[in-house]
Order: sequence, then C-alpha cells, then structure tokens
Amino acid sequence: MTQATLRQEAVADLQKEVGHGRGIRSLLSHQVTGPLAALLVAVVVFSVFTDRFLQPGNLSLIAQQSVVVGTLALGQALVILTAGIDLANGAIMVLGTVVIGKAALDGDVVLALVLGIVACAVVGAVNGLLVSRAGLPPFIVTLGVLTVVTAASRLYTDSASYPIADGLLTVLGDGPTIGGFTVTYGVMLWVLLTVGLGYVLSQTAWGVRVYAVGDNPPAARLAGIKVKRVLLGVYVVAAIVYGLAAWQALGRTPTADPSGYSTANLDSITAVVIGGTSLFGGRGGVYGTLIGTLIVVVLQNGLTQAGIDSLYQQVATGALVIVAVLVDRIVRRRQTR
Amino acid sequence: MSIEPTILRARGLTKSYGHVVAIDGSSFDLRPGEILAVIGDNGAGKSTLIKALTGAVVPDSGALYLDDEQVTFHSPLDARRAGIETVYQELGVAPALDISQNLYLGREQRVPGWRGTVLRQLDKKAMREGSARQMADLGIRIQSIRQTVETLSGGQRQAVAVARVAAWATRLVIMDEPTAALGVRETNQVLDLIQRVRDNGLPVVLISHNMPNVWQVADRVHIHRLGRRVALADTSSLTMDDAVAVMTGARPAHTIEQVETAPDEWEHTAGEGAA
Repeated sequence: MTQATLRQEAVADLQKEVGHGRGIRSLLSHQVTGPLAALLVAVVVFSVFTDRFLQPGNLSLIAQQSVVVGTLALGQALVILTAGIDLANGAIMVLGTVVIGKAALDGDVVLALVLGIVACAVVGAVNGLLVSRAGLPPFIVTLGVLTVVTAASRLYTDSASYPIADGLLTVLGDGPTIGGFTVTYGVMLWVLLTVGLGYVLSQTAWGVRVYAVGDNPPAARLAGIKVKRVLLGVYVVAAIVYGLAAWQALGRTPTADPSGYSTANLDSITAVVIGGTSLFGGRGGVYGTLIGTLIVVVLQNGLTQAGIDSLYQQVATGALVIVAVLVDRIVRRRQTR
Repeated sequence: MSIEPTILRARGLTKSYGHVVAIDGSSFDLRPGEILAVIGDNGAGKSTLIKALTGAVVPDSGALYLDDEQVTFHSPLDARRAGIETVYQELGVAPALDISQNLYLGREQRVPGWRGTVLRQLDKKAMREGSARQMADLGIRIQSIRQTVETLSGGQRQAVAVARVAAWATRLVIMDEPTAALGVRETNQVLDLIQRVRDNGLPVVLISHNMPNVWQVADRVHIHRLGRRVALADTSSLTMDDAVAVMTGARPAHTIEQVETAPDEWEHTAGEGAA
C-alpha cells in the first residue's frame, strides 16, 4: 500500500537524518566537557611554568578564593538558565553581610544570620516579581536593584564597616587541614550547594521546568507550566544562595563592609558563562559553573604565580568570556537548524 | 429524533470583539474516530472557533457538548482536564530538553516511595520507557529517547509535539496548522502520523490552509465562512474546487452534498446565536 511505503520512507529518512554529525555535536554540547578541558589545560600549563602552583597550600588557597564568587555564581547560574541575568547578586550579598553584621551587635548570631539570609530572599523576591509579574527585562530590573541595594546598604550602616568577632559567623573560613590541604567549611558548603542544586536541576520536576522556561517560554506555558511562578522561585532561591555567599564572605574576611565586592556580580557572570551555561537560557548547569569559577580563579592565581601583571589577568579573563559566548553561539547555531 | 453520536459538538457559538463578530452562531460536529478538517478563508473566524473549543476564548453565547454533556471551558486548562489537547504550528517543544522530558513536560512522574515524596526525585526511567512506548505506538523512529529535540529535523520535532498531545489527550486532539512550517516530505511524515493518531482511537480536528493535505487525510471537512459553519461534507463526496468555491462564497453552500447533523437543532440555535 502507498500508506505503508510512505511510512517506511519516513522511517528511513528519520534514521538517515539522525545518523550523521552527532558525535562532534554531542561532545561540544555536553555541559561540562569543554570547561573541564579548559581547566585541565590551565592547571597543566601553570604546573609546568610555575613552581608553587601545585603546592597544597596554593591549591587550598585557590579553593578558598573561589568560594564567594563560586557561591554567587551558583545563584547566577539559576537565573541565567531562565535566560535572565542578575547584576544585583553581589549587592544583595553585601546587604546580607551588613544585616548580619549589624544584627550580630545585639548578640544573637543565629538570628543575625537568619535575618541576613531573609533580607537577601526579600530582595530576590522583588527581582522575581518585577521580572515575572511586571514582565520587565531582568537586565534593567537587576541594574536598578543593584543601585538601590548598594545605596541602601551604605545608608543602613552610615558607610561604616562592622568587624565580626563571633565564631559561628566566621566559621566558614575555618576547616580541617589534611596533608597540607586546608579544606574550609566554606569550601565544603560551596561544593554541597553545587551538588544540591545539581540534584534539584537534574532530578526534580522544578529543575526540568526551569530549563523549559529558559529554553522556550511559550512552549512551557502551553505545557501547563506556571512560568511566572517558576521565575519568581528562581530569583528567590538564587537570593537565598547569595545569603549563604554573605556567610561565606564573612568567613573569608571577618568584616561587614558595605562597599566591598563591587565587581562580584560580573565575576559571577563570567564564571557561569565560562562554565558553559548559555546566556540564551535553557542550557548549562551548576557543575559547569563550579568549573567555570575554578577556571577564573586558577587563571588569576596562576598568572600571579608566574609574575604577570594583574591587568593582563583581566585581559585573559575578559577574552575567555568572549570565547565562551562564541562557542555557545556556534553550538546553538549548529543545533537549531 | 436520533442525534448522530459526537465527541464534541457546538451549537450557536458566538463571540464578538467590540463591533467585530468573529464567530456568529457557529455549529461544530466531531464524530468519534474521524479526522475533521476545518477550512476557511482568512478572517472567517476559524481560529476564534478553535479557541472557543480549546478554552482559550470564552464564547458570548452558544453551547458546547462533550460526549453529549454540556460543558463550559473558562481556560485552556479546563479543556485539557476534559481530555482535549492541542498541537500548534510552532512553539510546541523545548529544543534543549530531550524527547522524554518534552513528552512529560508539566506532567512529570516521580519515583514511588520516599525518594519521590521527600526528595521529589523524578522517575526518569519510567518516563523514558513511557516515551519510547508512545513513540513506537505512533511509529515514530528516533535514534534515542535521550536525544535533545534540537537535534531532530522540523518534521521530527512536530512529531514529538504530536506524540506529546496524543499521549495525554483522552477525548480528542486539535491540530492548528501543524504542517504550515514544514517542507513537503516532512509534511507527509506528519500527515501520516495524524492518521495513525486517529487509527489509535483519537479523533482529530485539523485546521489547515492546504487543500491537498486536507483531502489526503481528512474524513470530513467543516467549511467556515463569515463566522459560521456553512457546510459539513465528506471529503469523498466533495471536490477541492467545490470546497474552495463554497469557502470563498463563489458557490452557495446548499448546492453541495452535505452531511446531516440534527437539522432542527442546528436551524434553531443558528437563528438564536445572534440574540
């Protein structure tokens, strides 16, 4: 029958089309392959050209230098997966540190910590509502919130810094030393958060929906997904992660400084993009982001070890971002025929 | 008198936007196990009619019957809960997600036990198996259920969208220009698939501008003109040329051989529709 032959032809066509060019494409598109290779190259190069790079003390330092930006980048990754961007994450984290610092003056450090994280979550909810309900572009929303929150932190503290003395608030800077490697609780929290968010993104319905919302919002809506609610959730969860980054920051430097971390937002975006998450949304993830953070920090650390001017480090980081976006663009163009 | 059995029936559907009457006392009849094509010129009110059937538009007046029971859809979700699923020309799939994730999007299954309830873990294995079964049932061949949809051709992507709605629809499937963005060969793949959906037991409403496509797959054709159904005919007893003539008003609808549909009710509500 014609019907049967038609069907057979169709099936043959499908098989033919699926068959070719898949190996390279899947390798290129795999979430962490590219970033991991870049990280390994950087590590090998710096190990060969500098003496101190591979020493346990330096590797521990790299991990510790990574935690604050790395944690911010995890929240940033969630936002970027929805095709958004969060310029305010550093400012939200700084707000968290000053709220914790000021509240801790009253003595109850646990309450101070909770208040700091709640303050971050509230600002995240404002971001999320403006993006999801008012439908404003995330770039503009978070730019505005960045400005407002930065000023608010200074007004709140009269631009003063608050030294943090309490053990609980700075505990993330401590940690056991094993064979010369110091693994701080902050590093552990960072890795734990990565694994936790990785689980949520890959193993739960919410995670699938985050990807779907970033990938194709109309399709997500037609599938019955409450797109606005997912977006709001993403900005709130991201902000809670920024609150934890505030705790990390106090472990790194035990001072709540309203004017600190002014470039952390861009650093976190850099880490996410280098880590293979697409600025167009729907592709990437937190493991890549962890690797992306390490790439940025290894590059800075290694170039410092090699005695290269820090301005060249910035040139290298900037160039890497553009390469990462280019690769993303090429991969996307190849895939969306 | 005995009324012909219908899955979905509408009488006197009317919807106006300000002074513009988009549908004007329109009828609609879908029988079990058929592919019904809805054709009409641009501006005839086809899309408003379809929106009224899928809950995207709430009609000003008229009645909708699902399996002879009167229903009212206030939102697309209502229609979906009633077992009506829709495929659109585009927008139906998320390209970065794999086939299985697309088929289960918004209806994800969790693993049984505490890992599902406490850890909210998805049952990826069950969903992949379900997807593979669904694709096989519809004769859609793909290399792997884990392929992302963006690695598929346009026709295959639309096939995934069709498989998705066919998997969840319990009453009927509506396809709004499902082949408009596709090439000839891919169109044939999707048309073939639409017939398989019907053969597997789901009636299909096909909205299309392409007359040869309609005559290739549809059992009956609903001709929409000036906001209402002017003719309902078997594709076997009507030529494409005559259908186009009726559609454009070049030929009066009563001059072609139509299917009978509970005539008194049709006359009655058609007159009442504008009221």
